[in-house]
Amino acid sequence: MIHVNTKINGDDVEFLCDPRETLLDALRDKLGLTGSKEGCGTGDCGACSVTMDGRLVCSCLVLGAEADGKEIGTVEGMAEGENLHILQEKFIEHAALQCGICTPGILVATKSLLEKHPEPTETQVRYWLAGNLCRCTGYDKIIRAVMETAADLRKAS
Amino acid sequence: MAFDDTKTEDFKVVGQRVKRPDGVDKVTGKAKFGADAVAPGMLFAAIVRSPHAHARIVKIDTSKAEALSGVKGIVTRADFATGLTGGDLDVLENVMAGEKALYDGHAVAAVAATSQLIARDAAKLVEVEYEVLPHVTDVDKAMAADAPVIREGAADQSVPEGMHANVVRYHESGHGDIEAGFAEADLVVEDSFKTEATHQGYIEPHACLAQLGGDNKGELWCCTQGHWNVQKLCAAMLGLETSQLRVTASEIGGGFGGKTAVFIEPVALALSRKTSRPVKLVMSRSEVFRATGPTASTSMDIKIGMKKDGTITAGQGTFRLQGGAFPGAPMEFTAMCAFAPYNLQNVKQVGYDVMANRPKQAAYRAPGSPMAAFAVESVIDELCKKLGLDPIEVRLKNASKQGTKASFGPTWDRIGLVETLEAAQSHPHYSAPLKEGQGRGISCGFWFNHGGETSVTLALSEDGTAQLSVGTPDIGGSRASMAQMAAEELGIPYENIRTTIADTATLGYNEVSHGSRVTYASGLATIKAARAAVKILCARAAAKWGIDEDAVVWENGCAKPSGPNAGEFDPLPIDKLTRSMGRTGGPIVGHFEATPEGAGVSFATHIVDAEVDKETGQTKVVRYTVVQDAGKAINPAYVEGQFQGGAAQGIGWALNEEYIYGEDGRLQNSVFLDYRIPVASDLPMIDTVIVEVPNPGHPYGVRGVGETSICPPLAAIANAVSNAAGVRLKELPMSPPRILAALEDQANNG
Amino acid sequence: MVEVNLWSGLRAFADGKDCVEVDAKNVGEVLSALVEQYPGLEHVIEAGVSVAVDGKVIASGLTEPVKPDSEVYLMQQLKGG
Repeated sequence: MIHVNTKINGDDVEFLCDPRETLLDALRDKLGLTGSKEGCGTGDCGACSVTMDGRLVCSCLVLGAEADGKEIGTVEGMAEGENLHILQEKFIEHAALQCGICTPGILVATKSLLEKHPEPTETQVRYWLAGNLCRCTGYDKIIRAVMETAADLRKAS
Repeated sequence: MAFDDTKTEDFKVVGQRVKRPDGVDKVTGKAKFGADAVAPGMLFAAIVRSPHAHARIVKIDTSKAEALSGVKGIVTRADFATGLTGGDLDVLENVMAGEKALYDGHAVAAVAATSQLIARDAAKLVEVEYEVLPHVTDVDKAMAADAPVIREGAADQSVPEGMHANVVRYHESGHGDIEAGFAEADLVVEDSFKTEATHQGYIEPHACLAQLGGDNKGELWCCTQGHWNVQKLCAAMLGLETSQLRVTASEIGGGFGGKTAVFIEPVALALSRKTSRPVKLVMSRSEVFRATGPTASTSMDIKIGMKKDGTITAGQGTFRLQGGAFPGAPMEFTAMCAFAPYNLQNVKQVGYDVMANRPKQAAYRAPGSPMAAFAVESVIDELCKKLGLDPIEVRLKNASKQGTKASFGPTWDRIGLVETLEAAQSHPHYSAPLKEGQGRGISCGFWFNHGGETSVTLALSEDGTAQLSVGTPDIGGSRASMAQMAAEELGIPYENIRTTIADTATLGYNEVSHGSRVTYASGLATIKAARAAVKILCARAAAKWGIDEDAVVWENGCAKPSGPNAGEFDPLPIDKLTRSMGRTGGPIVGHFEATPEGAGVSFATHIVDAEVDKETGQTKVVRYTVVQDAGKAINPAYVEGQFQGGAAQGIGWALNEEYIYGEDGRLQNSVFLDYRIPVASDLPMIDTVIVEVPNPGHPYGVRGVGETSICPPLAAIANAVSNAAGVRLKELPMSPPRILAALEDQANNG
Repeated sequence: MVEVNLWSGLRAFADGKDCVEVDAKNVGEVLSALVEQYPGLEHVIEAGVSVAVDGKVIASGLTEPVKPDSEVYLMQQLKGG
């Protein structure tokens, strides 16, 4: 077992994990952070998207041990207390989710997009999210929610 | 308003784009899906699966696995009930192989251990000795005389003499004289089509947490489209009394028909009984592809005759569906839906249910209908082209409408096909210019929709708010539409209603969330349950006022005297009545239980523009419009979502998705990288038009919308791609190799 | 008496007919009368059928009334995804 010290959503956290265990398994099974989902385990669906030191990663492709000394951001860290992140608000308002299983990963990925590219084109949003599978919506309402969030954030700044 | 009235206007909450009540849970990661539950002392399970497409199981040796530290129990078929017959036996055979493994991925044993890693290691140590048998995976080859027999005696009495043992059911229907019909035609087109199996592709793999004690009392948490069905099947498979197993449906990460069956739930229960510990079992994506879902694959022959003016004189279809190693491919729906949009005097449809060494097919959104539309609408498109006719005009000319005879027999009630065609015709998309290399296609589609057993309870709280308990898992936002309908009836704010998906111990039987039935049937039951509660509220007000119950009406959340003759009383708002309910007769609860039989059918028309790169065979959908009859859209945003989702799944089915089997009968592409469902960069925005032709069988006119949206896309896209490529595409998916092959074939043979 | 239309695949079990007459006042009586008059149909009806009465598809209910002039079609059992 490996002893891992890490920071998750701003909190210092430590856990023990098997060297074969993924970061996703550690988050879900060791730390009870089940907001990140496993849709494939092969890095194809993006439902497990988190940030590691600010970089967007599939947590199913990262080992738990690799989190040592890093800062991890998950969907559980998006809202500030009762206040939802504007992306979360827009997703609800635009009906940009149906079953909701892909939603945490898509929100984490989109937040990361808007931090890097505050004025994305529709094509940019579509390619950025090409690693996040949604089987319910056909992406239409997701793309609209993201574009409107970006526009609102620009107006606010 | 009387308590059984229909309501078609002056809606206050219905028709609004309200925010879904479970929205916050779903965007913050709080919502608990199948794999998110834990229990103290929980074990983790893994399943041992056959690597062979068809093999006799000679021996299973579990000794090495059992010796591994942390392993707590192993089950095989011997740990399940015996003596099952018919459909129950088929389900058990699929859940855990008996004498033979029938497809690559078929479960043969399962292990429970103290960690997921140990369970997986142990599964690899289970030694299974197989006698490999010849296999077949293609539908046409499975019907051929030399095909290996998958299971002797599986055919029912409908199958005509002389068919191969793999043909297990037969359907034939139609009316008129098709030969006379073809003789009347100016042009007859006849062609053959094939479609590959596709998977429902829900992003959440099957997952459950089971607890079953030696007293045969159990608890099960799982992601399912129908937990009463899970309860019934698991009880049968484990030899339990149904009522002793309580099943709770978790949030469900997509289903599309694929979560109407059981796969792992009985296995987890058996492991729990064996180990006396709670057992969690979660499928990997590869297991989902290899052992759950998929649709049937098909092989179809279509012949249609048309006059120069576009009148269809006769239609004939033969539909061969391969549904895996068990009976049940939905060939009768393929047959019945094939010509449903058209008013034909002469029509004949024949269906064959064929077994092959593949996983047992499961329902997928309007099971059987999309393939039929692909074949029939392709031939209609070809006829239109050869006769120089407009494809929408021809469909309007032949369209089914109220009073015409359906291709499967009965006379149509009020239906909305013509309205969808007219809306498509006047949509700017239909007349927009196309660019070089692009083609446009249209198609109609049809699905029956379903009612089903339904039970709903609405309990009022002391403060005048309401708790609504429904039994149909919420796959795509149905809690919102249920709360909207309850709010409409009670006359209270939408936010004052909390909708819960109740467990099997809380309500009467609820059929699976399938057949596009939730907003129709649970919605109807919600309205009736609310009306029952309102009736009690009115009675309480009448008692207070000392007047007759019939002299009280319910308006805007208040009891009021029904007119001047009823007496002069100030309106009594709901919270005034509920606050004293304990002292005026007890809790106020409305409930409704029935099997509603008025699910209105639904039609759609889709328009697609596609672009084909003739160098590479690559296709892109550049514009897409869905027009569909929703009867009445309770929450238009989520109706649009169903339209868009069905279209997107259809695009995947048409262009990319397929089960690819090797010569060895093993599935070659059991990961999302190789089984490519549409990603955001593959798709355009999907425009929607909601047509509302009310369903007389629902108090607000609702028709189910979930399934019909996947009926037209295969055909509409095939027509668009064929027009863009200049060659008719007859096999799905229209992947680049198939498009290049069709272009090459055309170049060689003219 | 009520005329009941069968799908043509059932002719083999109903003396070659695809339209038969039964004495019935509801869907349940239609089905039991069919089995009584044409025992060959029993396996089909046992496996589950739907019935369209005057254009309305009755997926499973047995109590739906049927009138002498009703249009009645036997259909394969409906379900969905």
